[in-house]
Order: sequence, then C-alpha cells, then structure tokens
Amino acid sequence: MLKVENLHASVDDKEIIKGISLYIKPGEVHAIMGPNGSGKSTLSNVLAGRDGYETPEGEVLFNAKDLLEMAPEVRAQEGLFLAFQYPVEIPGVSNIYLLKAALNAARQARGLDALDAMDFLTYVKSKTKMLKMDEKFLYRSVNEGFSGGEKKRNEILQMAVLEPKLCILDEVDSGLDIDALKIVSEGINSLRSPERSFVLITHYQRLLDYIKPDFIHVLADGKIVKSGGPELALELEKEGYGWIEEAAKA
Amino acid sequence: MSASSENINELIGEKYKDGFVTELETDSFPPGLDEQIVRALSAKKNDPEFMTEWRLDGYKQWLTMDNPDWAQLSIEPIDYQAISYYSAPKSLEDGPKSLDEVDPQLLETYKKLGIPLGEQERLAGVAVDAVFDSVSVATTFKDKLSEVGVIFCPISEALRDHPELVKKYLGTVVPQGDNFFAALNSAVFTDGSFVYIPKGVRCPMELSTYFRINASNTGQFERTLIIADEGSYVSYLEGCTAPMRDENQLHAAVVELVAMEGAEIKYSTVQNWYPGDENGVGGIYNFVTKRGECRGANSKISWTQVETGSAITWKYPSCVLLGDNSVGEFYSVAVTNNYQQADTGSKMIHIGKNSKSTIIAKGISAGKSQSSYRGLVKVAKSAENARNYTQCDSLLMGDKCGAHTFPYVEVKQPSAQIEHEASTSKISEDQLFFCLQRGLSADDAVSMIVNGFCKEVFKELPMEFAVEAQALLGISLEGSVG
Ligand SMILES: Nc1ncnc2c1ncn2[C@@H]1O[C@H](COP(=O)(O)OP(=O)(O)OP(=O)(O)O)[C@@H](O)[C@H]1O
Ligand SMILES: [Mg+2]
Repeated sequence: MLKVENLHASVDDKEIIKGISLYIKPGEVHAIMGPNGSGKSTLSNVLAGRDGYETPEGEVLFNAKDLLEMAPEVRAQEGLFLAFQYPVEIPGVSNIYLLKAALNAARQARGLDALDAMDFLTYVKSKTKMLKMDEKFLYRSVNEGFSGGEKKRNEILQMAVLEPKLCILDEVDSGLDIDALKIVSEGINSLRSPERSFVLITHYQRLLDYIKPDFIHVLADGKIVKSGGPELALELEKEGYGWIEEAAKA
Repeated sequence: MSASSENINELIGEKYKDGFVTELETDSFPPGLDEQIVRALSAKKNDPEFMTEWRLDGYKQWLTMDNPDWAQLSIEPIDYQAISYYSAPKSLEDGPKSLDEVDPQLLETYKKLGIPLGEQERLAGVAVDAVFDSVSVATTFKDKLSEVGVIFCPISEALRDHPELVKKYLGTVVPQGDNFFAALNSAVFTDGSFVYIPKGVRCPMELSTYFRINASNTGQFERTLIIADEGSYVSYLEGCTAPMRDENQLHAAVVELVAMEGAEIKYSTVQNWYPGDENGVGGIYNFVTKRGECRGANSKISWTQVETGSAITWKYPSCVLLGDNSVGEFYSVAVTNNYQQADTGSKMIHIGKNSKSTIIAKGISAGKSQSSYRGLVKVAKSAENARNYTQCDSLLMGDKCGAHTFPYVEVKQPSAQIEHEASTSKISEDQLFFCLQRGLSADDAVSMIVNGFCKEVFKELPMEFAVEAQALLGISLEGSVG
C-alpha cells in the first residue's frame, strides 16, 4: 500500500524529516508516537502533498505509484486521506456541500457518475448515524463554530464518506471527551478492512486501547528511533520518551 | 507559498465571455453635447413637450456642476464632447411592432448572451425588456402583465402611452440636479424600463431588463422608473454586458424606485460590463445613481447586486425610509480583478419611525484592483427607534490588491441603534490545502470558498440570477469549473 524509503523533507532549508522508512501493507494499522515537534504532522503533510516542502532525498510509493509526483488532489482521489490535527473553518460552505463535492471528485476520478441527490443524502445520513452525529451538522458551515471535539468528529465523518484506502489520522483523539473518543474509535474500527490501512498519530495509549495497532513507531527528531508491537505503547506510557531518545543517541 | 496566490489570481481571472460585437447599421449622433443635441435627441424620442423642458433643465444644471472627485478612484478625465449621445440600430428606427419585425441579428445577439426573446424560448416566469445601446429591442410578456394592470415597457413608450404617470414620478427620487452624472443622464437619457404595479397587485412574474452596450464611442444613459403602488409587490432583475473595446465607454444610469404604503420592491442586478483587459486597457466607466424611496408606511425596498464588471464602478444604491416601519436593504458582492476599481456601497436615510435598514457588503479583490465600501447611515430627528445593521467583509486574493472601508454615520435621534461590523480576510493556505486534500481541484476549491464568502448575498437573489451570479464568479454549482 505505502512504501516510504529514506524520506527527507525540509522547509525553508531546515531539515525536519531526516530519513524515514515505513512499510504499510493493506489492512494494517500503524501508530506513530513521539514528542512534540518531532515531525509527525510534517510527515503527514508531506505525504498528503502540501505546498512548501522540499523532498531532496527518498522515495514514496503509494500502490506502486510515485506519490511525490502526484498533485495533492490526485493523491486524495487515489485514496489517501488526511484527518487534520487542526481542522480549518470554511465560512458559508455547508458541510454537506463539501462532502458532496469531495465524494463526486473521487467518483469522477474513478470514472463513476455523481450520486443523485437522494442517494447521496441517504448515504451521508447513514454515516452521521454511525458516528452518532446530529444531522444538523451537515447543514452548518464547515467547522465554523464547532467545538474542538466536534471538528475532530467532522474529520472522521469526511473519512467515512470518502472511504479512502489509506487514512492518516493526525491526533484525532486530542480534544475528544471520553464518550466521543469511544464513538470515534468505533467509527474508525468499523472502517477497518483487509484493504484499508491506517496511520494513527497520537500521544496517548487510550486511543490504542480502542484501536489495536499492528505496529508502533516512535518518531524523534525527524527519525523513527524505535518500532515494535502494541506493547511498545505501554512502555512509553510508563517511561516516557527519554529512554528511547537516549538509546537512539548512544 | 506564493504559488497558490498566483493560482488564485489566475483562477479568478476568467476570460470575459460576452465581449463580441454585433455588426449592424446604426443611426448615431456625431460626438458632442450642447443644447441642440439635447433637443435633437428629445425629438428623436418623440418626447412630449414637458420632457424636452425637463431634459434642458437637467442639461443647464449639469453645466454648472463638476465631476465628483471624492471617491477612492483614479479616473482619466472624461471628454464629454468626444462621446456620441445617441446610437440605435437602423432597423429599430420605426419601432418594430412585434418580434417578427426585429432584426434577426439582434435576436441572435441576445440569444448568444443567454437571453432568448423569441416566443418559444422565453424564460418561463420572467418578462424581459432588452435595451440595445440607446433603444429598447423588445419587451416580452407585455400582454400577460397588462391583464393584471402591470405596466412594463420601455420608458420612451411610457412617455407616449402614460405621460401623466411618468410626469408624476420622474425625478421625484433623483432630481435632475442630484449629482453630476444624474444631471447628465437627465439631459440625455435614451431608454430604460418603466414599471407600474397597481394597488394590491403582486406582480405574477419576475421583470427583467437586459442592457447591452454595442456601438463604440457611445455612452449608455438609461433611466429606469419603478413604482409599486399601495400593497403591491414586484421583483425586478437587471443584467448588463458590453463588447471588449480598447477605449473606455461611459455608462451613466439613473434608477428611481417608489414604494407606496405596504408595497415591496426587490431590485437585483448582475453587472458584467466589460472590465478592461489584464493591463487595464478599455472597459466601461459605470457611474450609476440608484435610489429608492419608501414613501408609505410599512413599505420595503431591497437592493441586491453582484458586480463583477466595469473598469470603474461608482455606485451607491440607496433607500430613503420616509414611511414609518419602512425597511431598506442592501446586499452586495463586488468583485474586482486586474486594474478594476470599485467604489460602491449604500446610503440609508432614516426619516420614518421604527424604520429599519440592513447593509451586507462583500468585496472580493484580486490582481492589482482596488475596492472600496462607502456607506452612509443617516438618522433624522424624526426617526424614533430607527435601526441599522451594517456588515462589510473583504476577501483579498494575492497581495497587490486593496480593500478600503468608509462608513459614515450621522445620527440625530438618540433612540436609534446602529451596528457596524467589518472584516478583512484572505483565502488561507490552510483552507486551500484542506480542499485539495479532499480531492477538489484548485479552481473548484477557490470557487467554493468564494461562494461561501458570498452566501449571504447570493441567497437574496432570485434563483435564475443566483445561478448566473455564481457562474460569473467562475463558480459552477456542480463544481465543474475547469
Ligand atoms: N513551515 C515551517 N517553518 C519552520 N519550521 C517548521 C515549519 N513547519 C514545521 N516546522 C518545525 O518542524 C518541527 C516538526 O513539526 P511538526 O508539526 O511536524 O511536529 P509534530 O511532531 O506534529 O508535533 P506535535 O506533537 O506538537 O503535533 C517543529 O519544530 C516545527 O516548529
Ligand atoms: Mg502535530
């Protein structure tokens, strides 16, 4: 699904990603943890194709295609989804309009017709129901006046509607209350399938209690300094990052 | 980073689609303006005598006035003697009685502009008066409207068939000497629409006038007069286009609205005059005086405008709220790009008790354009409990354009409540990237964001016009720009 090979990335000549390799097979869930400023959001932005990053070294293959060559909207249409750490507001544009435009763009890229209004509505409502979201959110402007937790849930709604192949979730759990965390996790779990892969960026074990990852990677100073199974998260929760960073330097 | 702002500029710089010229034999006056020209023009229009005098009065007042210079506009001096004040296709000389007599080339022009005038292709539910340079080409659905007593016709025809009505109302909202351009218009106006809605009648369809400037070196000076008698309602739409030419062309219109007790007038404009090219060459100078008077109690006048064209726009649709409990509204989207300049806004004059007004102005500036909002809210001593809400939002694209706000407030009545809100924003990189990440192309993303920004205004437009307005901004409802 995704093959990241010795990826380097910099902003304004400042290197932030310093040689990352990551292999994700269909159906796998990878968690990325690591201290603030270690480069987690930068990595997801680079994978999603945000403007302003240089990638002087390394290669990324997404379903055997050169990801770094693709325009950001093409990456999205090919099935790469990024749930943002800080979702933006778009005043005056209703959530449902955005969902429709996004879904139709993806369908068009796959050579499918746009869904008709009724089918679309039924489809979207099934997703709000799954995420226990009030349908009223569909008619509000994208994220405008949403609480922090509501914005995160809205990102997951977009993911559920678009049914992407690779979902990169940048701290979806931050800002969620305990019930919301449970609902969002259930939503994510229900989207798990042998064809769909996830990258969960998080600081906390509790998300991983709900969504069992296959692998955990620790990112520090732009490099993956440790990878392991689910048990690694428990160690981190107990010991913090210090011991890993020390070990990496040694 | 700046890559995407350039991107945005490129996207909003949609090509002007209505810039073709119709080749026709025309009857035009030589350039220049003096008393003789005014008289000749009046004769050409078969004016009743009072009208000739009225024009001359306007002309004399104009001679004593100066071009206004208080707007935030830089304008090359206009040579009023280099303009021809009358131009009409020869084929319309004798006033065609029916569409069959209209030059097919003219009908074709309107068809190309998306305004079908032919019987079979008419827009259902919309009556159209088509004005080409100085004369009206055709007015559709006239018979159907006259069944309910609605008069909808070219103003020159109203002067012939209903001179007493025109005489009673013309110039009562915008007198000849109101301002420089209104005085000029009073002297030389050629055509425009006249609407009268009788007492208690709800006009059964949208009325619309479509203005087209075709001839070069001519000005267009139309005059529109709409009267909604007691308890009546009308929704009126106005659209404008012009060919692409290298010289600037002058358009100085006057629109007067009168709403009697309990009447409501909804006036919508989609203005797409040729804006000039990307280097600022050519384009229409649009100097327009639009004013409505809520003369009776509980009357309402609402202006909605989407302005994307013209090299220069100078326009302040206003409401004089004379009647108690009367309501004035102004909703505006003004888009400027390249070297366009717009100085636009509204005036709300509160005189009646409990009168209420709302101003929502959205300015979108791109390229090297300059856009200003200029507004006046005036509350007279008599206007107890008057209320105004004003909101001005500017959206900047790129960093070479400018947006300015000049709100003036004069309040003589202590119980008045005046609220003003203003904001300036940019399409952020974050918003753009978010939309791209959801699979939208850059131009769909910009369309969507701009559309959202204008939503409060678009929702005031009648359906057909809202669609046209969105298309004009390079926005398709299906998101299929590209
Ligand atoms: N545009 C930029 N210009 C300069 N520095 C940047 C830029 N973008 C990111 N950085 C820096 O790169 C580093 C990594 O940032 P990033 O947002 O990827 O961290 P993170 O791992 O997601 O942190 P957090 O856990 O706090 O979300 C930080 O030191 C940040 O300040
Ligand atoms: Mg981050």
